[in-house]
Order: sequence, then C-alpha cells, then structure tokens
Amino acid sequence: MSQSTDLVLEKHFDPIGARVGMWLFLFTELLLFGGLFLLYAIYLNKYPDEFHYASSQLDQFVGALNTIILLTSSLTMVLSVGALQRKSRNLALLFLVITFLLGAAFLVNKYFEWSAKIHHGIYPNSAELLQHPQGEIIFYGLYYTMTGLHGLHVVVGMVIMIFLLVFIGRKKSTLLTMSHGNLEKIRGKNISLIGPKNQKIWQSEPISEELQEVKLVVKGVVTQEKMGSNIVKLENTGLYWHLVDIIWIFLFPLFYLIAM
Amino acid sequence: MEHKHEEHQLISYGTYIMVWLALLILTGLTVTVAGLNLKNFAIVAAIFIAGFKSMLVLNYFMHLKFESALFRNMLYITLFTLVVIIGLTFTDISFR
Repeated sequence: MSQSTDLVLEKHFDPIGARVGMWLFLFTELLLFGGLFLLYAIYLNKYPDEFHYASSQLDQFVGALNTIILLTSSLTMVLSVGALQRKSRNLALLFLVITFLLGAAFLVNKYFEWSAKIHHGIYPNSAELLQHPQGEIIFYGLYYTMTGLHGLHVVVGMVIMIFLLVFIGRKKSTLLTMSHGNLEKIRGKNISLIGPKNQKIWQSEPISEELQEVKLVVKGVVTQEKMGSNIVKLENTGLYWHLVDIIWIFLFPLFYLIAM
Repeated sequence: MEHKHEEHQLISYGTYIMVWLALLILTGLTVTVAGLNLKNFAIVAAIFIAGFKSMLVLNYFMHLKFESALFRNMLYITLFTLVVIIGLTFTDISFR
C-alpha cells in the first residue's frame, strides 16, 4: 500500500463510491414516495368517483406548466454537469443558476395553486372540506401531503444548489501538509502533481533528509476541478434533482389528469 | 486498483436536448390521452407513459445506461421491493 504520494490525494476521490451512496439514498426516497403512492392507489380503488371529481377541481394548466418547468430544470441540471465535465466552469454555473430559478418558478406556481385552494377553504381538516364526501377529504389529504413533501424536496434541492454555486464558484487553494510518518515514506523521492489524464503537471526536488515538514499549496480553481470533487458533488445533486423530477412525472397525471 | 472508469464518458448536449424534447412530447401525450375519456384505461396509460418518461430520465439524465450493472441491479431490487409491497397490499384489500 505504500504507493508514494498519490495515496494522499487519492483518498478523497472515489466518484463511483460517491455515486453508489447517492443512489442508495435515492432508493430510500423511492420507497418513501412509493408508500404514499400505495396509499393513493388503495384509496383511488376505494373511492374512484370522488377521486375523479376532486381531481377535476385542480388546475390542469398549472400542473402541466409545472411539469414543463421541472422537466426543463432537469435538462439545465444535466447540461450543468456536462459543462463542468468539459471544464467549462462558467457555463456550468450559468446552467446551475437557471436550474435554481426554474425550481423557484415551480414553487411560485405551487404557492399560487395552494393559496387558491386554501382561499376556497380546501385544506386538511378545514370546516369546508370536512363537509365533503370521505373520498374527497382523503384525495386532498394525499394531494397536500404528496405535493407538499415533493415541494419540500424541491426546496432542499435548491438549498444544495446554493452550496454548489459557492463550491464551484470560489477560487480555493488546497493545502497539503506532510510531516512525521507521511514524510518518512517519501524521503529521497519527489512529490509530483498528476492531472486527471495522468499527465505530470509538476514535480518537486527529491525530499532531503533534513526536511521536517513539507507544505504543498495548490492555488486556483483548476486544481479543484481536476481533482473532480466538484463534479462528483454536482453529479450527485443532479441525481437527486432528477429523482425529484421523476416523482413529479408520476404525481402530475395521478392528481391532475385522472378526471379529464 | 484501476482508475480508468472514474470519469463519465461525455454525452453530447444534443442528446440531452433530444431527451428533453421527447419528455415534453410525452407530457403532451399524457394530457391528450387523459382527455380521451378512456375510464379505467386512462390511469394505466398515464402510469405507462410516466414509466417510460422515468426510464428516459434514469437512462440519460441520470446516466444509468452508462453505469455498471451494479447500479441497474440495485434499482431492480428497489423496484422489486416496491412491486412486492404494492402487490401484497392489493391482494389483501381485494380479498377482504
């Protein structure tokens, strides 16, 4: 395992492991929403007519518009990942900002949609709603729970995007300190900086016997990108965002369209 | 240890835009089919189209098509679990 200095840099970088971890998280999300979809299916089965009537009271246009917004935001998210993979940092930032704004537009629509319903007295446990048939009460309960939980996921995604804008946008320098045991391993050898395509970017003089500590400072954004940690973060955020999109792809027809 | 497959193979912007267009067309199709008044078939059609849209998102936007079999197998296990849970619940409510 004593593979000289690249050990130190490599240990922060396991993109496949990071993606596996993200997917595992996404599967728990699928099961979370899956349970709610199961509830929906059971009650649709029990109260088909009331579900159809309640669904007809939702605004199909806003639902369709939000679908288009979210699908487009998925496109800009994947374009952002693609841009960063191609080392176009500014383009990646631009697409990420557009994705963020589309997420915000989705939430604004959702706000007006919910406000209109609440204005008409239709919200969980409201006096107005409780006079409706049982099936409609359940339909709106599921509607608020599922689109609410989905909306919360959109908010979380947008917060993560703000972090990413900072991570990708800032020009950070990386400091690597080697001393004691670490330093003993590389005495007499050189430290070299290797790029992603295995090209040697820089190489130091051999580490002499007298040195007690080596500080390596790598400045600028290029190194950050080349180490790929931002790409991994952005890819995983993308995965999350696309899953939120997929959930909406199912929510839209089930809540807005079954009555048409 | 090999470090070869650490970076994704790059997928062209054009491919992403084509997938997005397909998703928009399928959204239009979902709305159209819902307007046809197909009764019980409507929900089956809606879920079928949504499933197809999800496949496009999974394969292209989420790069599943280009990942190793591990990722797909994990997804199958999850979907299988969901199908079992939903299937068993429906056998319960339909034979009460």
